[in-house]
Amino acid sequence: MRKLIWLAAMLAVWGAGVADAQQPTPRKGGTIRMTAPYAASFGSLDPQVTPRAQDDIVNKAIHRTLYNWDTANSKLVLELATSVSVSADGLVYTYKLRDDAYFHNGRKMTADDLIWSYTRIMDGSKGYPGARYVRLIKGAIDVEKGQAKEISGLRKIDDFTLEMTITDRVEPGYYFFSGTTSILPREEVEKGNFASAPVGLGPFKFKEHIPGSRVVTERFDKFYKPGKPYLDKLEVLIMAEAAARDVAFRNKEIDTSILGPAQYVAYRADPQLSKGILEVAEMFTRAITFNHDVKPFGDKRVRQAINYAIDADLIVKRLVKDKAYRAVSWLPPSSAAFDKSFKPYAYDPAKAKKLLAEAGMPNGFEFELTTSQNESWGLPIVEAIIPMLDKVGIKLKPKLVEVTVLTEILTKGEHQAVISSNLTGPDSLATLRCFYSKTPRTACHYTDYSNPDFDKLLDTAAQEGDMAKRDALLRQANNLLYEDAPVWFFNYNKAVLAYQPWIHGLQANPTEITHQYPEDVWVDATSPAK
Amino acid sequence: MLLVLARRLANVIPTLVAVVALVFLLFSVLPGSFISGMSEDGRTTIDPAVMERMRKEMGLDDPLPERFAKYVAHTAVGDLGISFRTREPVTRLIGGRVWPSLKLVFAAMTFAILVGVPLGFLAALKPGSIVDTVSMVFAISGLSLSQFWLGLMLMYLFALNFKWLPSFGYGDGGLSHIILPAIALGVGPMALLARTTRAAVLEILNADFVRTARSKGMSERRVVEWHVLRNALVLVITIVGLQFGSLMGAAVVIEKLFAWPGVGSLLIDSVFQRDIPTVQGCILLIVLFFLLINTLVDLAYVAIDPRIRHG
Repeated sequence: MRKLIWLAAMLAVWGAGVADAQQPTPRKGGTIRMTAPYAASFGSLDPQVTPRAQDDIVNKAIHRTLYNWDTANSKLVLELATSVSVSADGLVYTYKLRDDAYFHNGRKMTADDLIWSYTRIMDGSKGYPGARYVRLIKGAIDVEKGQAKEISGLRKIDDFTLEMTITDRVEPGYYFFSGTTSILPREEVEKGNFASAPVGLGPFKFKEHIPGSRVVTERFDKFYKPGKPYLDKLEVLIMAEAAARDVAFRNKEIDTSILGPAQYVAYRADPQLSKGILEVAEMFTRAITFNHDVKPFGDKRVRQAINYAIDADLIVKRLVKDKAYRAVSWLPPSSAAFDKSFKPYAYDPAKAKKLLAEAGMPNGFEFELTTSQNESWGLPIVEAIIPMLDKVGIKLKPKLVEVTVLTEILTKGEHQAVISSNLTGPDSLATLRCFYSKTPRTACHYTDYSNPDFDKLLDTAAQEGDMAKRDALLRQANNLLYEDAPVWFFNYNKAVLAYQPWIHGLQANPTEITHQYPEDVWVDATSPAK
Repeated sequence: MLLVLARRLANVIPTLVAVVALVFLLFSVLPGSFISGMSEDGRTTIDPAVMERMRKEMGLDDPLPERFAKYVAHTAVGDLGISFRTREPVTRLIGGRVWPSLKLVFAAMTFAILVGVPLGFLAALKPGSIVDTVSMVFAISGLSLSQFWLGLMLMYLFALNFKWLPSFGYGDGGLSHIILPAIALGVGPMALLARTTRAAVLEILNADFVRTARSKGMSERRVVEWHVLRNALVLVITIVGLQFGSLMGAAVVIEKLFAWPGVGSLLIDSVFQRDIPTVQGCILLIVLFFLLINTLVDLAYVAIDPRIRHG
């Protein structure tokens, strides 16, 4: 009997070892039902028309861009090209394009498609959002202004070789991985109903769109990555209401769901649901943007005092329910220019009082903070800050506005201070330019912060061709922001995606967690979706 | 009948003009624009040069009177403009949402009538009884409940617990997906109908002509069928019409909660994103629907009660 028990135990241990050693093999077939949580509809299925994160959830499945973001390695990779060579001056890029990429109408993609797509984006009469990226190409502005019909910086060498001349020494991948620069087939766009029947290069082809309800796509068999996609069908279901999403997810009617702070706590506490949670520090920094043109925010000591006076850790823990990472400086941890040796401002009211006294305000001051209703960076946070600032003598008057209005207030400079969420990646240079003194306020320089040392670091970084050296310079610039505290550094968004146990291959994409690479996703046989 | 119709239609025109002007002016003075709304809570940054071009393309920099004149001229010929958000004609955008909205409104009203009217009748026929008390508790609760909360409770109960129905979405447009949102939307009108029907029936039951009918030996069943029902119907139709007309607008919350692709969810999205042409189009449609239903109710009065026709 003892021998039998011993044998059984050994078999069990061996079995467990085998199970651990085996990676699950992706299964072909099945359906995934993803959710689009940011609005009650899609803006457009023409990816060049819309910059919205909500629309890109679908567009990532149907369309493709020249570059893509490699989540596993946190870097940009070529998507529609197999290789690229760069000239010595860092301004001419020669792309060897894929010769196996087909549009869903069966036509092979060529260099002409890239040239046509980028030229369309520069149509000055349309105001396509991707123009901000394509403007990098030499001669693109002339097309935008109507002074030229072709972008002079784009040259077709042959069907699968494209030469691109850019105007600045930057990494073009940051510009041409945006969904707004997707490559489209001219003949389909010119039919006039492209947004209703989009045709792209992506792993899934469009099948159905019920406006306000869902988009259904099917596997594209001629997709250029062998064996992919795994799924037969991908559905994106619009579900703007968090409570309804929660019910649908628990009821197994959807396969993925974005969680808010309250749900995050509930899901973490649940033994089953906690097994399917994907978390990532997204490239969004939540902060109070001080207008340095308004007294006393031009004084660094005052801004530092506010950073010391607020117990941000407590707010993140109690109010945001740990669904955020405490911000250190402006760039998020996923940036190569983030300095891991830096720690956030400590909660130190005594130091805050001392700094205020040094700034000539021992009795504090009063200011107006414009805020939205957002639960993670809006009024609930402001209400928690009020007593903390009051302790050091600063009176805060909240001014509640609709979230739609925040950007307008910031661009007009009509604020004393605004609490908001800010896109801070993946291009660290572009992100830090929001603090560059020559950047206009309308282009995100909402603080009107000015520091010649910071400007110099950015100028040097922009000229630096060696990416490691550039990152080092940007790190210094980011650390300078920490010291100068042009904003109150609050938190980096912790995006949380709940997924069902039968879903595999999801990636914690820090640029936007809802933007998955659907060709890598697969479902096992336990999925209830047919 | 035709005279009544002509009179009603003549009244509709100034109402529509007032609505068009009010909506246009309201959204012209509201802070925030479509372009700032594109930032999606800070998820996207918009290039200032692109913003400038979009403002120009959409005519947002034109003087207000000029924009208003253009808007009225286009609306008069059925052109509701181009959506800022999708760059599609607003008529096409709204067109895809009308049928789901109508389905939901009809389903909600059917529920309200089928439950509310019999409930009110039962309560009135046995005043003070347990049936009356339970019906009225039910009715008052229905009036007091928040649509959003009720919708969530229905989801929890019938989708999550009993697994009888899907919790959200349009599905293939079949019956199973419409039941929960229709009940959540229909409970308010149902409660109002129950209370109104009860009050109307009670009043008629005490009227002289009912007493006369009874004294002539008419059976209670015939009294109810011949006298009470017909007379109560005028009031019931008024409430049905008013509720029916306003349901498309009231469906905003329910459509968003249940991810129902109707005009309401389009409207709320468009308001948040300051897609003004779409907002104006949706509101215009909701008002038109309200006016249409009211006109039909007026015609129904005439058909039911000859006194109204002659008056």
